[in-house]
Formats: sequence, structure tokens, C-alpha cells
Amino acid sequence: MSTFHLQIVTPDGAFFDGDAERLKVRTIDGDVAILPHHIPYVTVLGTGEADVVVDGVIRRAAASGGMLSVTGGDVRIVATTFEWAEDIDEQRAKLAKEKAEEMIRNAKDAQELERAKAKLLRALTRLKVKG
Amino acid sequence: MAASSMKDIKLRIKSVESTMQITKAMELVASSKLRKAKERAEAVRPYFTTLRQTLDDIAHSNTDFSSPFVQPREVKKVCYVMIAGDRGLAGGYNNNLFKAVTAHMADKPAVCVMPVGKKAVEYCAHHGLETVSDQFASVEDLGLQDCFSIARTLCARFSKGEFDELYVGYTNFVSMLSQQPEVLKMLPIHHPRTQARDKVESLIQYEPSTPAVYNAIVPEYVGGLLWGTISESQASEQGARRTAMDAASKNAGEMIEDLSLKYNRARQGAITQEITEIVAGAEA
Repeated sequence: MSTFHLQIVTPDGAFFDGDAERLKVRTIDGDVAILPHHIPYVTVLGTGEADVVVDGVIRRAAASGGMLSVTGGDVRIVATTFEWAEDIDEQRAKLAKEKAEEMIRNAKDAQELERAKAKLLRALTRLKVKG
Repeated sequence: MAASSMKDIKLRIKSVESTMQITKAMELVASSKLRKAKERAEAVRPYFTTLRQTLDDIAHSNTDFSSPFVQPREVKKVCYVMIAGDRGLAGGYNNNLFKAVTAHMADKPAVCVMPVGKKAVEYCAHHGLETVSDQFASVEDLGLQDCFSIARTLCARFSKGEFDELYVGYTNFVSMLSQQPEVLKMLPIHHPRTQARDKVESLIQYEPSTPAVYNAIVPEYVGGLLWGTISESQASEQGARRTAMDAASKNAGEMIEDLSLKYNRARQGAITQEITEIVAGAEA
């Protein structure tokens, strides 16, 4: 099966650097899948599940923020946060979800509400990827 | 006379010893902070290089100049982010950075500065440089979220045309013993096309749209670069401080040795003199 070079990095470090067969990520416009030999492409990542297929095995992760770029056959994900399913702390995600829900109830202005919603979405994504 | 000089030397030894204690303690503190800062800088490095590489590639093959972030424009004013330390006593760390940035500023028509770190804020105030904001006086407490908020502010001002180029002055952590001040261009993201790069001819597809993509990724890029450069600078600061304190401790050690020698000589001299006096007294 043909593969492409994939790199995943965040400010916390590098999470993947190797060959992948397929990649699916959530962008601000919806899900996209990248296959080998994709044309040069740049998009903005939203908050959601990311799947990487390596050697026929799907690895799931939760990602949020940042960008996806395909240049010269290299695929790069430069994310704000990225966590493989096995690294997600379920307890912490649950706590974050409760806290976010409380923040939504107590939000004073639109900006605060927006931030709380983003927090809730991140927590829900983590729980979904873990579950 | 001999007694008073002996006392003086003793006092000097004591004062050098207490200074040495301080420099030793500072060296230890810097060592442990350096370890943490180095780990952080190393963790950020892949992100930092990939981010730069990605934007570089985009800039090289970009043919769509509708976003203000990729348009080269006439340079009337330049903004510098200056990342220095919160404290002195780090050898030439702060000064080398200021020198590098000031040299870079020399041929710019007008400049404004975004100082990060207490020493940078003080430097700007002292030299009467126009600052964007003074609120980031503590570089040690600066988190990733702060970097992104600085980036958003700077990008908004850049879009409004308050300045036409954005640079960051930071200290690159080459190794434990070597730190190199550098000035890095952040905005606009533009590279003249070069022959070598022209194989990446193909047009880039932006989704959902070019302005939307640039508006989202540029603040992210600037924030990410800031976080990376701050991490590098922090490691450099601790490295420089450790080296400086190590040198100071060594100097203090040498001084104490030297002074001890002088003290012993003075003591010997005093005893000899006393014996001579006693002998002279007995003979008389």
C-alpha cells in the first residue's frame, strides 16, 4: 500500500513522524481525509477526532487548533493540542467537562460563553475518542 | 601596622567567602532551572522547526497574495518583540540581545518594541523606545496562552497597518556553554521565489478560503514562534547565568587562595617582627 510522510507536532512535543496510509482530521469546515499523492493543500484544524492509519491499524486521537498542510508530498499537522487515545486521562476530561458545563451556566458575556463552549467541545472529544 | 593589615585581609576573605556562597547558590539554582528550561526547549523544538518549515513552504509556493499577512508592503515602521530576562547576573545574556536587536534596528525608518521580560521593559524605558505594551514584564510566568494572546494583539495591529514588519529578537540555545542572540522575521510571510524552490510550482489549495486560512493560522504561527523563542531564551538565560556564576565562584576561590597566602605572610611577618623585638629587648 502506498504511504505518505506524516508529521504531527504540538508545543508539547512531536507525536508522530513516519509513514502513514491515511489520515482523517476535523477541520473548521468538517472532516477531511488525506490519502497519498494529495495536491498541495492548507487548512485550519478545528476540535475533533483525528485518525491515522499506519500499517492497516487505525490510531485514534483527539486534536484541536492549528493547521494541516500538504506540501510536496509531506503532510504536517501543527496542532495546538494533540493526544493519542491511550494518553488521554479520562478522569481529567470528565472534570474538564463538568467545569466547562458550569462555566456555560455562569457565563457573563459572549466571549466567555464561546471559550466555555470550546472547552466543553475539547472535553467531549477526548471522552469520545477514549470511549 | 601588621595587625591591622592582618585584620583587613581577614575581613576581605570573609566578604569574598560570603559572595562565593551566594554565587554558588545561584549557580545551583540556575542549574536546576536550566535542566527544566532545556527540557522544555527540546520539547518545543520539533514544533518550532516544523511550524517554520511549513510556513516557509507555504510562502515559497504561494501565489495568492490576497491576505495582508503575505503581502510585502512599503516598510514605514517595524515592530520588534524583544525577549530578555527578568533578572541580571547572567553574564552578557541581556546585553548581547539588546546589542543584536539595536544593530538590526539601525537601518529601519521607525521602530516600536514589544518587550518581554523585566530587563527588556527597563531597557526600552531607559532608551526611550516606543513600546506596544509593558504588561509582559515577567518572562518566567509567561504561558502558552499568553503567547497566543500576544500574537493575536500583534497580528491585529499588523493588519491595521500600525507596523509593516514584525521581528522577534531572542537568544538561541546552541548548547550549555553557547547562546547566540538572533533576530527572526515573523511577518509578513513572504519569500522571493528562488530557482531551487521552483519545483514546488503547483498551486496550493486553501480551504475554506485563503483569507480564512491565513487569518486563522498566522496568529497561531506567531504565537507558536513566540512560545518557541521564549523557551529557547529561557534555557539560554539559565545557561548564561550558570556559566557566569560558575566563573564568579571560581574567581572567588582564586581570590580567597591569594588572600590566604597574603594573610599567612602578614602573620609570619608579624611573628618575625615580634621575635626580633623580643630578642632586641633581651640583648639590651
